[in-house]
Amino acid sequence: MAENQSYYLPEGLPAPAGQRDGLDTEFWAATRRHELKVQRCNKCATFQFGPEWICHKCHSFDLGWHTVSGRGRLYSWVRIWNPVHPALKDACPYIVAVVELPDAGNVRMVGNLIGDPKRDVPFDSEVEAVFEDHPEATLIQWKPVK
Amino acid sequence: MADYSIKDKVAVVGLGESTYYKRAQAPVSEFQLALEAILKAVDDAGLKVTDLDGFASYANDRNEAARLATALGLPHYAWASMVFGGGGGGGSGAVAQGAAAVAAGYAKYVVVYRALAQGQFGRFGQAAPSKNIRGPAAYVHPYGLFVPAQWVALRVRRFMHEHGMTQDALAAVVLADYFHAQRNPRAVMYGRPLTREQYDKSRWIVEPFHLYDCCMENDGAAALILTTPERARDLKQKPVLVMAAAQGASARAAASAENDPHYPSSHFTTLAPRLFETAGIKPKDIDVVQIYEHFSGAVPISLVEHGLCKPDEIADLCTFENLTAPNGKLPLNTSGGNIAECYMHGLELVNEAVRQCRGTSTSQVPDAKIALVASGPMVSPVSDLIVHG
Repeated sequence: MAENQSYYLPEGLPAPAGQRDGLDTEFWAATRRHELKVQRCNKCATFQFGPEWICHKCHSFDLGWHTVSGRGRLYSWVRIWNPVHPALKDACPYIVAVVELPDAGNVRMVGNLIGDPKRDVPFDSEVEAVFEDHPEATLIQWKPVK
Repeated sequence: MADYSIKDKVAVVGLGESTYYKRAQAPVSEFQLALEAILKAVDDAGLKVTDLDGFASYANDRNEAARLATALGLPHYAWASMVFGGGGGGGSGAVAQGAAAVAAGYAKYVVVYRALAQGQFGRFGQAAPSKNIRGPAAYVHPYGLFVPAQWVALRVRRFMHEHGMTQDALAAVVLADYFHAQRNPRAVMYGRPLTREQYDKSRWIVEPFHLYDCCMENDGAAALILTTPERARDLKQKPVLVMAAAQGASARAAASAENDPHYPSSHFTTLAPRLFETAGIKPKDIDVVQIYEHFSGAVPISLVEHGLCKPDEIADLCTFENLTAPNGKLPLNTSGGNIAECYMHGLELVNEAVRQCRGTSTSQVPDAKIALVASGPMVSPVSDLIVHG
């Protein structure tokens, strides 16, 4: 991330909005407060992400949101060189990361990997969540833990 | 009925394709391309157009059965089905549905088809502009994760990390596709050979995929016709029989935000055993394979999941020599496939499998009797087909 830039990627990408049926309202409300929440079954404590209206393990409809630490493991990442959206025209390369959250049943989340996109970062290395506030919503980015 | 299976109940009797074009080069509409492919398949079979009474497609094909039946003036139609899902995972699944309709007696002559003019409609490799995004896409689009090349690359990279697969395996798939396309006048890349040096020098789309690791974007249509083996006896071509077909995916394969529990997978792990059981054969009995390559790196993973090699054997199996006809150990995508024949969303791979069993491929594998098609790795559902001559 260049120092004079407050966002990892340029403005103009689609901004996340909650689903119209309310399924992930709490997730996006929490990121706004700089809290990372994962859906968890109130009956059997199974984590799931993305959220769903039913627990895939015990089929309970009684689901809640559990705050997690934001510590994760870099499960996979790619360096993207071809801009597929007009806002990314001058933003390549950039890194998209898939991060596993050990304290949330190893559910995964996607974000960008903060830092020089041309460096290689070892798989399974430790990362932590960083909240990136935009006017419409707050994104979750990932930063390697030194 | 427990012992019932589709094996040898249905024959492929006609094959057709429109001319295959680069994206936006088709001089006619997508609907006309669909009609051209269907008419050619009817002619190839030696049928009359009015014999057709069923339609099967996938990936939300825009050219609906009702419009086709109307445009073709069919006296009636008796079957219309669409495989769920937007990707190429339904290619063999559409054959499975069409075959099921024939075997069950719902329809007599089902045409399986796919028409796609990415020059006339949206491109798969580009994000549609939108200000807000909701649902599963909201967890990925704001980070610039939009298109299949990117999420397939994430899975392939994890697989490479876990199993030591290298770029050489990806290059071998691409070079085999291009080699076969040089012998296939239908192929969009006919007359455009590719060397390893050109491959290595081509730009990255998303690592580990160079430009050439990615399927093309095309305008075209393909079709095939299914009927019973009894009816097939009176028709023009040597019938090729459906030996087995399967569709589906492994557990929670469609979990959003990259939460598929079997992540570095092509999603065939639960299909392949059913497929081979129905066919009554072992993976080693397969003579030639047509494995969907939206992106080269998915192919070795699909080979593993069909029992054609183990992860640590990929480097030995996936070489240019082994993957090319006529003498390779496991000739792959002998028409050029999605990468060098035409991105007909994988239906061209089904037609090529049938040609191999007819003995009429432009890269014929000597004495090929059994051909495998694996459609649309890494989506859900994916699908599989085995045909034999």
